[in-house]
Amino acid sequence: MSWRRLPRATFWRVVLAVILATGFYSALLRFTKGLGAATALTDRFPWGLWIGFDVLCGVGLAAGGFTVAAIVYLFHLERFQPIVRPTILTAFLGYALVAVTLLFDLGRPYRIWHPMVMWNPRSVMFEVAWCVMLYLAVLALEFSPVIFERFRWQRPLRIVKALTVPLVIAGVLLSTLHQSSLGSLYLIVPSKLHPYWYSPLLPVLFFVSAIGVGLAMVIFESNLSARTFGREIEMPLLVDLGKGIVVVLAFYGLMRFQDLASHGTLRYLREPSTETVLFVLETLLGVVIPLAFLASRRVRESREGLFVAAVLVIAGFLLNRLNVSLTGLEASSGTHYFPKWTEVSVTLSLVGLGFLFFALAVRYFGVFEVHSAAAQAQRRPRRVNTPVRVA
Amino acid sequence: MSTAILVDTTRCIGCGACVSACKEANGLPKSEDTTLTAETLNVVESHSGVFVRKFCMHCQDPTCASVCPVGALRKTAAGPVIYDESRCMGCRYCMMACPFSIPRYEWKLVLPRVRKCTMCAPRQAKGFQPACTEACPVQASIFGDRDELLREAENRLRQNPAGYVPHIYGRDEVGGTSVLYLSAVPFEVLGFPANVPHNPLPMYTHRELSKIPNVVAVGTALLGGIWWITRRRAEVAHAEGDEEETPRASVG
Repeated sequence: MSWRRLPRATFWRVVLAVILATGFYSALLRFTKGLGAATALTDRFPWGLWIGFDVLCGVGLAAGGFTVAAIVYLFHLERFQPIVRPTILTAFLGYALVAVTLLFDLGRPYRIWHPMVMWNPRSVMFEVAWCVMLYLAVLALEFSPVIFERFRWQRPLRIVKALTVPLVIAGVLLSTLHQSSLGSLYLIVPSKLHPYWYSPLLPVLFFVSAIGVGLAMVIFESNLSARTFGREIEMPLLVDLGKGIVVVLAFYGLMRFQDLASHGTLRYLREPSTETVLFVLETLLGVVIPLAFLASRRVRESREGLFVAAVLVIAGFLLNRLNVSLTGLEASSGTHYFPKWTEVSVTLSLVGLGFLFFALAVRYFGVFEVHSAAAQAQRRPRRVNTPVRVA
Repeated sequence: MSTAILVDTTRCIGCGACVSACKEANGLPKSEDTTLTAETLNVVESHSGVFVRKFCMHCQDPTCASVCPVGALRKTAAGPVIYDESRCMGCRYCMMACPFSIPRYEWKLVLPRVRKCTMCAPRQAKGFQPACTEACPVQASIFGDRDELLREAENRLRQNPAGYVPHIYGRDEVGGTSVLYLSAVPFEVLGFPANVPHNPLPMYTHRELSKIPNVVAVGTALLGGIWWITRRRAEVAHAEGDEEETPRASVG
């Protein structure tokens, strides 16, 4: 890597620099003065933005990793190969940022390793901790070929590539478990969480919505990368993903509606409360409107239509997770919570760092190259059972 | 023999002796707290002119103990639910999950702990009763075996039905707690959550967690099967399109 002059100060770079500066201050405050000084968390509201957004949303937004890996390596839909690497990178960065968030949110972050040796298998959080830990390792391994190719380390490259299918299967299983377990975290508060969001189906709803938003994130990231790095958009792939989103959203919407109706929860819609407004908003943004858009072929096959639909799905997803973790718990808590600016600045800093590292990886590693020379050289030898063309 | 505390709010005069005794027994600074805090593990509240003390309910199947990922909270055979601060990493799930919102946190400290009443487990281990029940001048709070205290509570309800709401709070709530309450006014009025289920809350997550081995086993078989079945089709496609440069699918 040759030494470069200092980068130009573009608008977004200045924004990032300001965000990181405030994040640095907030981090100092958090670690020198404690959580009370750096957050708006209280005894009545012990979980806030960092859990509700960074963890719950972050893990969901990174779900594209296991979904796309499964599509390509287990379902053998190899035309999606070009989006595997950037999606895995997004997932890896997403989970890494969740891990860093925990270092901020835990009261004693230096004990983050405790679940490795102190076990309580009855705890959903124990299971989440282990699954996320193992999945981070899987993601690192799934992304390692990009590193190995860059430095031309052939042997590690061969080994990892041979492990592809078991790694992907492990990744899908681990993701299924912890995506749903993030929902299961809230099964234990039936008397505290508002009926709009409390349901025995929470794990299933979290899992299905993760798949949906994972696909939407692929569309979102592809568009952003195309604009930032001047890459071409793989439209046929994204159109197919759009169709996938329709199926997932329809399934999610029906399941959620049926669950709410059968518990008599829909009667709360008559009350003009904050919960009602946010519930309706989440449903419109995340399910109804994108479904209506994507059902139309003209929208689905237009780059802008797909992008807007993806953004809506992502917005609805974020709102849903924030509603489960924040909105839905406020009434029973007897208090109000709104994050302190320091909490927001830490979150924004971590998101900003995610964008930064993504851009750096793209610049210095072959994230968007599928047919690299090293990849060609690593083609598997012929199988014994390969069919011979019968004339 | 599992110990418990019976709090009869019709007898409480709001003197706060239990609060002072608790502070002394735990080495806590005096304060004017009107709710539980990291420094006030037992507090006397006033609702509609009725005094009621609030502190950890020491549930029989405690939600806090079941959700703690590192097992820092534990129900002892003797009755108290105790906290091992050396294990705690501060995730605060116990605070989130407790249906009575009891555990408090040392937000002001850089090395914070979760704080709640311990039913004076160390004192009990030495054969003493908790400081609060010992200090109560009118026997509004009494200490004893859980079954015996339940019988005593039922006696009082039977002998004076007009003087009480016919319910022992804590007998069945969340599967039963070691702290039992009697009251002349509805328990919601005293600030107790009205809609806690009568089955232990850990049951709600156990239903999901117990499915995990199944998910892993069936999932592995299913995903492996899908890979195996679709691989054939992909190989045929490769063999037929081999003149073009179709890359084999492998990681990256």
